[in-house]
Amino acid sequence: MRINISRQKLKNPLVKKIQELSGQNLLACYQCGKCSAGCPSISQMDLLPNQVIRYAQLGFTDELINSKTIWVCASCMTCNVRCPKGINIAEIMEALRQILLRQRKEHVDLNKLSHEQLCELPPIALVSNFRKSSS
Amino acid sequence: MKLSYYPGCTLKNHAKNFEDSTLCSLKQLGIGVEELPRWNCCGTVFSLTTDDLIHHIAPVRNLIRAKEQNADKLFTLCAMCYNTLKRSNQRVKDNSEDLEKINDFMYREEINYQGDVQVLHLLEILQNEIKFENIAKKINKSLGGLNVASYYGCMLVRPQDIGFDDMENPSSMDDLMSTLGAQPVEFPYKTECCGAYQTVDNQDIVAERTFQILSSAQSRGAEVVAVSCPLCAFNLDQRQKKTEQNYPEFKHIPVLYFTQLLALALGCPKKSLRLDLHHIDPKPILKEKGLI
Ligand code: SF4
Ligand code: SF4
Repeated sequence: MRINISRQKLKNPLVKKIQELSGQNLLACYQCGKCSAGCPSISQMDLLPNQVIRYAQLGFTDELINSKTIWVCASCMTCNVRCPKGINIAEIMEALRQILLRQRKEHVDLNKLSHEQLCELPPIALVSNFRKSSS
Repeated sequence: MKLSYYPGCTLKNHAKNFEDSTLCSLKQLGIGVEELPRWNCCGTVFSLTTDDLIHHIAPVRNLIRAKEQNADKLFTLCAMCYNTLKRSNQRVKDNSEDLEKINDFMYREEINYQGDVQVLHLLEILQNEIKFENIAKKINKSLGGLNVASYYGCMLVRPQDIGFDDMENPSSMDDLMSTLGAQPVEFPYKTECCGAYQTVDNQDIVAERTFQILSSAQSRGAEVVAVSCPLCAFNLDQRQKKTEQNYPEFKHIPVLYFTQLLALALGCPKKSLRLDLHHIDPKPILKEKGLI
């Protein structure tokens, strides 16, 4: 795949927003890949956690906010506790989800859950899912 | 010893087996429990964005309730409540400006919260305050070598400064199981995420995780899996239905709360175990072992 890096992309204001919301310094990442190696969710991800950081460093924010990855990450914190540079990758995933949710771009719609699902699921599943996937 | 208890949203319904078995066990151990009056849902997940203070209100409000009871310690059973309450507490303790804003927001509360309630998980209390050797003295029925794989999941052990055990290789639940006369089963998936809240919109990912976690435990000889979180319990137990559909080679295994095994060993009446609340019935294996 050919990737064009441009100064314009690097100055993408969303990059700053990702850093602000996550409280992380994206440039601290040296792409060792340890976060992706231990992530339990990669089988369903279209971008690996280390790629998410790389894309963010280079300003490829459209690819990030349209990725499946940010919704497949379950904030399990495995990457955070293992990153040799102390980067909280889970917080970066959260910032990306929040960028969408703060525009009311919901990932899960309560009204679309069936009666059966609502009866079956415990409150802890519903509350946590809505906290993560809706605004 | 008297302990202040925070139940959380699922302990009064789907996880009644977790609560009843705990309350009975603590009674057998001679520990008094006082449920927090007017507790509210903690929000289940710790807010990860820097500017999102509103989601720390719910956890902090519960800590104010503890202060109202003159308690300086609060314990939970649910690993997610434990993580959320403890992390929010830590955040306001480390950041006086946030704490001030949160206190201002709740200006009608009589207590101005100072970050001085300690949040504990039951497992931590059993290990460090009651101590396993004292539990050993109260055992009424040894678990007779039942092979138990203890599953810790995420929220009990991560991040490091929140967990009370080793984050890569925790052992507290395994040590409790040995104390109760069970045979702990070591397996590599004990801290692997179960898929958590994705059980609502992505059952396949939970089925994949359930398959990996439970098959790994079974391949090491586990007869049951012990858990400490109602969401892990739901995913590992109820989602075995989906797991079976997606992975025909998958074989069922009962999933119990560690407190149900504790209650069993301490001689609590069967009704406190609420063995009727499981998808995969644990009664056959418990009967086979002569435990019920
Ligand atoms: S583990 Fe840390 S440094 Fe390594 S690729 Fe992931 S974020 Fe970057
Ligand atoms: S927090 Fe998200 S990205 Fe990190 S290991 Fe867990 S699922 Fe993967």
